[in-house]
Amino acid sequence: MKTNDVIIQFTTKIVFFIIFFFSIHIFLAGHYTPGGGFVGGLLTSSAIVLLVLAFDLNTVRKVLPINYTYLTAIGLLLALATAAFPMFLGKPFFTHFFDYFDLPLLGKQSLHTAMLFDSGVYLVVVGVTMTIIQTIGEDE
Amino acid sequence: MLQVLYIFIPMLAAIFVPLLYKSIKNIHTGWFVLAVPATLAIIYASYIGKVADGKVFLQELPWIPSLDISIVSYLDGLSLLFSLLITGIGSLVVLYSIFYLDKHKEKLHNFYVYLLLFMTAMLGVVQSDHLISLYFFWELTSISSFLLIGYWYSRDASRFGALKSMMITVGGGLMMLGGFILLYIMGGTYSIRELIVMAPNLVQHPLFTWSLVLILLGAFTKSAQFPFYIWLPDAMEAPTPVSAYLHSATMVKAGIYLVARFTPIFAVSELWVWLVTGVGILTLFWGSFFAVKQTDLKGILAFSTVSQLGLIMSLLGASALAFHGNGATDTIKYAAFAAIFHLINHATFKGSLFMIAGIVDHETGTRDIRKLGGLMSIMPLSFTVAAIGSLSMAGLPPFNGFLSKEMFLTAMLALQNFEFFGFDTWGALFPIIAWIASIFTFVYSFYFVFRTFTGKYKPEKLPHKPHEAPIGMLISPMILAALVVTIFFIPNLVGDTFVKPAVQAIQPFLYDSPKDIDIHVAAWHGEITPELVMTFGIVLLGVLLFVALPKWQGIYQKFPRALTLNNAYDKIMLGLDVGLNRVSRLYMTGSMRHYLLYMFSSIAAIVIGSLFVKNAFTVSFQDTSPIRPYEIILVVVLVIGTAITILAKSRLTAIIGLGAVGYTVALFFVIFNAPDLALTQLVIETISVALFLLAFYHLPKLGKREERMRFQLNRAIVSIAVGVMVTLLALSAHSQKLIPTISKYYEETVYSKAGGGNIVNVILVDYRGFDTLFEITVLGIAGMAILAMIKLRMNRKEKSHENK
Repeated sequence: MKTNDVIIQFTTKIVFFIIFFFSIHIFLAGHYTPGGGFVGGLLTSSAIVLLVLAFDLNTVRKVLPINYTYLTAIGLLLALATAAFPMFLGKPFFTHFFDYFDLPLLGKQSLHTAMLFDSGVYLVVVGVTMTIIQTIGEDE
Repeated sequence: MLQVLYIFIPMLAAIFVPLLYKSIKNIHTGWFVLAVPATLAIIYASYIGKVADGKVFLQELPWIPSLDISIVSYLDGLSLLFSLLITGIGSLVVLYSIFYLDKHKEKLHNFYVYLLLFMTAMLGVVQSDHLISLYFFWELTSISSFLLIGYWYSRDASRFGALKSMMITVGGGLMMLGGFILLYIMGGTYSIRELIVMAPNLVQHPLFTWSLVLILLGAFTKSAQFPFYIWLPDAMEAPTPVSAYLHSATMVKAGIYLVARFTPIFAVSELWVWLVTGVGILTLFWGSFFAVKQTDLKGILAFSTVSQLGLIMSLLGASALAFHGNGATDTIKYAAFAAIFHLINHATFKGSLFMIAGIVDHETGTRDIRKLGGLMSIMPLSFTVAAIGSLSMAGLPPFNGFLSKEMFLTAMLALQNFEFFGFDTWGALFPIIAWIASIFTFVYSFYFVFRTFTGKYKPEKLPHKPHEAPIGMLISPMILAALVVTIFFIPNLVGDTFVKPAVQAIQPFLYDSPKDIDIHVAAWHGEITPELVMTFGIVLLGVLLFVALPKWQGIYQKFPRALTLNNAYDKIMLGLDVGLNRVSRLYMTGSMRHYLLYMFSSIAAIVIGSLFVKNAFTVSFQDTSPIRPYEIILVVVLVIGTAITILAKSRLTAIIGLGAVGYTVALFFVIFNAPDLALTQLVIETISVALFLLAFYHLPKLGKREERMRFQLNRAIVSIAVGVMVTLLALSAHSQKLIPTISKYYEETVYSKAGGGNIVNVILVDYRGFDTLFEITVLGIAGMAILAMIKLRMNRKEKSHENK
């Protein structure tokens, strides 16, 4: 007998985006309010896990054709590059820079290199959690 | 610089030996090697005249200047004598080995490399004035001797003998190193000359006795004294040139050299005198007694070497008495002279005897004395050399052994006249033991030569048809035998050139120059001396015992095997092996639970112990915040969750209990104002509970019985102790804060300097981003590890296919 998951699949399609945008919000707001790359990354992966639960691994892989090991590597490289970049300017390892800019639409905002580092964290967290879940899920 | 470099010439020459061996096939490699000791012997011979006049030569090669370690070559009478023995007998042995070892069948390059290495080591030992370099060369002799004994490494007995000699001599060497270090602590210098000068001050030092005993252990193990002699008979598995060189003339005399060299430092001690003399005389008797039991030619010679080394050792012990009171004017001063004189004589006759044993082995195919006999007419030259050597060993005129044996008896007789240290009562024992040992020496000397060369010829028992050895093989033993006879006729020439400078090195306080030593060796003193009477007794009883040998040789079989020292050695080695194995198996159970128990109980014991020993446990509730109802509620939930986890019967309940604990902790973070932590804790807890459930689901069906964790008292005690430890630690850490927290700085600069508002996040990515960088690396590694563990299970799958 084939089960029909229409309700959960329909709800997921909406809830996925809510969780995903919430995770992006938490990630971006991390420097000023609770949140940051780690929690943001975990929430993003939980949104993806929700997709996996409602559909199945192969469907999700078709929708999101991401190699999560590459994602982990990219995140690590990004974090390392951000940390190492100041050394080329004669500053110590891990010096961050920030300044305030007037951006179109958004108004006066600060841009901070810590954000790049945090993106690295975000990518690693998403990559690793999804790698773990995917490998365990696929295992016979 | 040259004098120090002479030591290293053999070692440097050893580099070229394999090249010569591989490239020049038709000339025996030994011929090239022969040049090295021969040249060195000539070089050292050029020092003889000046050293005999009392000059010394000193040269220093800095090695590790910052640690005050250098290689010092110090040539005085004693070290020159040994250097000449090493290079002189070394040349003869190399010459002999050219004819003994076949250039087609043997790995000659190995042999000569080891031999040259040994030569450097030995020269270094006798010339080093520096304690550390002396030890360095000392261990090099042990190692090169190990390699030489195990030269025929495919034989079990060779490997056993090599290992045994290594264990014993290196063990002793380590003791000696300890003694050296203690000497350095006492004297503040590594130089033996400087230590000798300050010897009177060293006696009072509490470490003096320790250093004395440790250094003597080194000397006794190397020189095969009782009870460490057991390695020497087993070392006879080495090729005969090696036995002749290492185990009669040079290496086994390293301990003798050490005792002689340190006599000026330690002679003031009564313990030294008694240990050296007593062990020496015991070894003399023991070795001569058991030499008669041996059936192997080299075995007889090995025990004979042990015995003769004991003789020299006891004489050196007696020579130490000359440092006390009237000793110098007494006949006791003969002791040092006799020791050195006999050392030279022993090197000559024992070297030749070993070479003869090798010749007999080489030409007949056996060394078993029961199969030999009647070789006199077949090998007349060998017999002549053997007879000269044996009669000298037995102490008969006209051979040099007679002279040194007379002086030995003189010194032993003089012991009882010595008034200190209880020698006036116990001293009388020494000449008696010496006399009995000399009788046995006489017996085994005759046994060696007459059982081999006279009696019935038994060709059917011999593997080869015997014939006289090639003349090249006989040259070396003949030269040595010629020396044996020559020294008898010119003892005073030898005495003046070699012995007296060495005696002056042993007793520097007594003589200013070697010329002051007024000892004159004579074969016949013009009157009937007590020594001469004793010698007559030795000959008489020796002949009687030798003739009656078949009648009493049976007593050796009565000696129980279980009481022998070899048995003790085997038992100790086996016991160490088995015992240590058992001990480690006792606690290395392989069970993770046991190891965790050890770890936790030791952590708890150490922390609680030091809390109370250091009086560090204090509790104060001054800094604590008021307790609110939320916290009480949460603690209750937490405790219930923990109790469920521990006491649950089903694993599922335990997992859920654990989840409850995790979420409660998240709630704690909420009420203690840590929103970032609360968020992360919630998500992570969810994921880990999911992973636990996954693991639970995959538990194997077989043997999966749901049962409550069994109660075990020791585990409960350890867990409670660890809990108590952590609680006490936390309480006292909270009660005594030494420095204020640094978090004020973060609060002040988070906006102005770091451009952020969330302190936690700013710390994570900015102030302490380094930690975060490696934490995400850890995360990445964990992810890759899980991937690898699950995806790369090829092996197990292949195996399971095999099982099907």
